[in-house]
Amino acid sequence: MTNPRIGVYVCHCGTNIAGKVKVTDVVEHAKKQPNVVLAKEYKFMCSEPGQAMIVEDIKKEKLDRIIVAACSPLMHEKTFRKALEKAGINKYLFQMANIREHCSWVHEDGAAATEKAKALVTGAIYRAQYVEALNDREAPMNPATLIVGGGIAGIQAALDIADSGRQVYLVEKEPSIGGHMAQFDKTFPTLDCAACILTPKMVSIGQHPNITLLSYSEVEKIDGYVGNFKVGVRMKARYVDPKKCNGCGDCWQKCPAWRVEKPKGDKKVVHNALTLGPTKAIYMPTLQSVPNVPVIDKKSCIYFKNGKCKICVKACQKDAINHEMTDVVMDIDVGNIIVTTGFKTFDVSKMPQYGYGKLPNVISSIEFERMNCSSGATGGQVLCQNGEAPKSIAILHCIGSRDKEHHEYCSRVCCMYALKFAHLVKEKTGAQVYDFYIDMRAAGKGYEEFYNRLLEEGVRFIRGKAASVTDYAVFPEEEGKLIVRCEDTLVGKVRRIPVDMVVLCSALEANADAPEFARLLKLCQGKEGWFTEKHPKLAPVSTASDGIYIAGCCQGPKDIPDTVAQASAAAAQVLTAIAKGKVQIEGVGAEIIEEKCTGCKICNDMCPYKAIEFDAVKHKSKVNDALCKACGTCVAACPCGAIKAKHFTDEQIMHEIEGVLYDAKL
Amino acid sequence: MTQKLKVGIYWAASCGGCEIATLEIAENILKFIEVADLVLCPCIADFKYDDVRAYPDGYIDVCFFNGGIRNSEAKEIAELLRKKSKTLVAFGACANWGGIPALANLYTKDAMIERSYITTESNDNPQGTLPQTSYKMPEGELHLPKLFDSVHKLDDVVDVDYYVPGCPPVAKQIWSCIEAIAAGKLPPKGSVIGVGDKSVCDECPFEKKTEGVRISKFKRPHLEKPDLTKKAELNNKPQCLLEQGFVCMGSATRSGCEAQCLKANMPCRGCYGPAEGVEDQGAKIASAIGSLVDSQGNSERSAEIVAQIVDPVGTFYRFGMGNSMLRVKKL
Ligand SMILES: Cc1cc2nc3c(=O)[nH]c(=O)nc-3n(C[C@H](O)[C@H](O)[C@H](O)COP(=O)(O)OP(=O)(O)OC[C@H]3O[C@@H](n4cnc5c(N)ncnc54)[C@H](O)[C@@H]3O)c2cc1C
Ligand code: SF4
Ligand code: SF4
Ligand code: SF4
Repeated sequence: MTNPRIGVYVCHCGTNIAGKVKVTDVVEHAKKQPNVVLAKEYKFMCSEPGQAMIVEDIKKEKLDRIIVAACSPLMHEKTFRKALEKAGINKYLFQMANIREHCSWVHEDGAAATEKAKALVTGAIYRAQYVEALNDREAPMNPATLIVGGGIAGIQAALDIADSGRQVYLVEKEPSIGGHMAQFDKTFPTLDCAACILTPKMVSIGQHPNITLLSYSEVEKIDGYVGNFKVGVRMKARYVDPKKCNGCGDCWQKCPAWRVEKPKGDKKVVHNALTLGPTKAIYMPTLQSVPNVPVIDKKSCIYFKNGKCKICVKACQKDAINHEMTDVVMDIDVGNIIVTTGFKTFDVSKMPQYGYGKLPNVISSIEFERMNCSSGATGGQVLCQNGEAPKSIAILHCIGSRDKEHHEYCSRVCCMYALKFAHLVKEKTGAQVYDFYIDMRAAGKGYEEFYNRLLEEGVRFIRGKAASVTDYAVFPEEEGKLIVRCEDTLVGKVRRIPVDMVVLCSALEANADAPEFARLLKLCQGKEGWFTEKHPKLAPVSTASDGIYIAGCCQGPKDIPDTVAQASAAAAQVLTAIAKGKVQIEGVGAEIIEEKCTGCKICNDMCPYKAIEFDAVKHKSKVNDALCKACGTCVAACPCGAIKAKHFTDEQIMHEIEGVLYDAKL
Repeated sequence: MTQKLKVGIYWAASCGGCEIATLEIAENILKFIEVADLVLCPCIADFKYDDVRAYPDGYIDVCFFNGGIRNSEAKEIAELLRKKSKTLVAFGACANWGGIPALANLYTKDAMIERSYITTESNDNPQGTLPQTSYKMPEGELHLPKLFDSVHKLDDVVDVDYYVPGCPPVAKQIWSCIEAIAAGKLPPKGSVIGVGDKSVCDECPFEKKTEGVRISKFKRPHLEKPDLTKKAELNNKPQCLLEQGFVCMGSATRSGCEAQCLKANMPCRGCYGPAEGVEDQGAKIASAIGSLVDSQGNSERSAEIVAQIVDPVGTFYRFGMGNSMLRVKKL
């Protein structure tokens, strides 16, 4: 074998790398390494001239291994691989050393960063001696799409794709789609009615010939890869057959059991129950539910407790109710997946200083939304627990947001929905509104104007984060009131403001099951739990897993316009992929070396993609190329080293480590 | 064959089992002496190091070196024998990868000496006397070899031509090596000889089920007997011991021993070392067995099952600690 001819290119990335790492030192170091024919530096390797330089050098110097020390391979591996192809050599003869994210961006000390860059480049050079040419494979693209989460994001993406004539499976874990938006009355800043703009879309989902709505369902299993995912969906038993039910409501009118009871005694409104009910044991989540089919809550249903009742069954003229129904697991095949699982609101009882759960009339933002909703328990009236309208109300911003104890980030929508709340209170009750804010963040289209409008409506804005809420009166006018304590930073004084009601603007946070869900789909989560996009600017709805996209609040807090924009973006990405018709599968993968395999079968059952077959006649195992996803599980499992991970062979990895440790003193 | 082969057999940190195994070639001994002269074998005859020093370089045709490099004496003699031998063979598990003595590499030298000379229950050492490398006597100063921090394999200290694994190598394979050497029919330098080209499973009388079986309970061969009535669908052989829950090293061990242990219903201990191309035998079997644990996706459950493996390092690295990525130390 002739010696490889290696070319090394060290990128400045403007000042991103060169500002910290001494690029020239790295180049000089690279020149001294084995089989390095040339080493060069350049301002932007990814630019047209940068790539052209590689192509030219390959041709002129007969280079057969290229190393670029620059940013993350996630960012530009594809770019440089294309340059290799253009120059007529196999694209896998390329190796990237990440000296930006792993060096210049994360280290303070320039000298140490330079040493680390040298080590990473040496690792790449050592590894490059052993890389081999590989060929990509092609697989068909299944034109169906799975969308997980039926909030506004999921709804928008589903309609976009379905309207283009492609099949969509929309999986929603709740009995109805709609997500958070379906719980609102008005939406900022235009104050259009949430139901008016959302309900038609929800109805289209239910009726669209290309959409299979799997409500009250959850994704349980995902196998396969882009173009060919195999998904297991568990459809939870709702005890009502959607094919027979016409949503008439006879059942819940007759049902004697309550899931969430109506307020009793002098409690006219139970704020904490507003998000759920009141409902019977058999219930429809909201009047606009899609599908328009009730569900039985097993915990409160009398029949499930003692085997007697079934009043609903008698009431139902369509014979739609069946208490014997069981969960059904359905397998679906799709080519792409969009994750739109949204968010949950921060549990405000984690901040006991505000008295939520202990003091009456301290309520969370979602409860406030429900109270305002004309189809909700109070018929859209803003009421205190005793059934009277509040004369004064305090709205507290940033509960759980911009707070190092809870979430450092700004939840982006709270300032605006707080303004919306202030407006609604003014409009409905004429009460005095005190709005406690740290900074007013009104950075969307029409948002600052909305703020100005509220200033004119006479809302009292107090700049300062509320410190606590108490019912301990110090002054006579505080008797029987909730007192909000706060440092008014504009006046420079601590103030006590007595009010009848307090609304806590809770932060948006990642769903509780996000880690589990991330594991299932092989998504990444940032430190705050939101799913991570492939690139924050250039690939905001793609993820590190090919064929899996994210949109809406599961990626981070955002308002409805941004959510819808992302959803349509994800739909467009999926449609592009479908239009291509095929998926290219990287040449990387597992290969069983027949002479070495003893047929011990240890690997057989390991492969998550069922890519390994056992040949009983030869008494050996074999990898099916089309199915192998290069996860490496079998490679680790094979006890006699018969399985080779192409592009990640032991030889390549061990030499890379050796290179990285080139100056280590052992 | 005009001239007789000059053969040396040397032992460093070893038990002497390799020499005994060599005697097991039985009546072939007679053929052996027809073609070879023993020029060094401290186990059976009194050779002095000075005798060896007096040999011209390259005088020994083949030297079978068994035992690991535990101290300065072993290293010195290894270097001497390298110079005096045309072909140097690392013979047996200890010379190949440190063998059983290398399990001490899990501890520091001081901890090991303390255990050997002070805390061992049967010790009687009230003054806490510890071995020294030199001692002044009226007659002059005495020297003892210096103990190294860890046990090394032979090729850590000298260039090795061939490797014959096994603890000990089986007689049949030893004889085939001798025949190959006598006939001058040796593979390229650096090869492992006297072995098969697969893993022990290949010669094993047991067989796996066709459907993947997972391990939910580990068993120990001196406490439980393998079930010989369970049969594999494939060929009606009794079910693989590993699948039955006995930690068997067979799948991660090079063939050549003819699966002797398994033929006696004992799981393989791994003495023939890793398969061709595998660096770290212990790591390999650990990841293979780890893959087979019936965790049902539950990490607590898998931790419970794995905890049933008694002395995992000692089991997986019974012979390979001197070649392990764990606690690697350079001389
Ligand atoms: C109090 C409040 C008021 C707001 N007011 C406004 C406003 O006036 N104007 C505005 O522009 N924005 C407003 N917002 C922001 C708005 O709610 C979000 O932008 C929007 O709801 C995001 O939609 P989404 O589809 O990403 O998430 P969501 O609305 O959270 O929908 C996610 C859906 O996915 C489902 N799901 C979750 N996990 C799974 C799973 N594992 N499997 C299946 N399904 C799953 C959920 O049940 C839900 O139906 C407000 C937010 C809050 C908290
Ligand atoms: S069976 Fe359950 S759901 Fe039906 S009426 Fe009785 S309590 Fe209500
Ligand atoms: S690397 Fe092995 S386990 Fe992973 S997908 Fe390929 S064949 Fe299956
Ligand atoms: S684990 Fe290795 S030796 Fe065993 S069957 Fe699979 S490839 Fe063959």
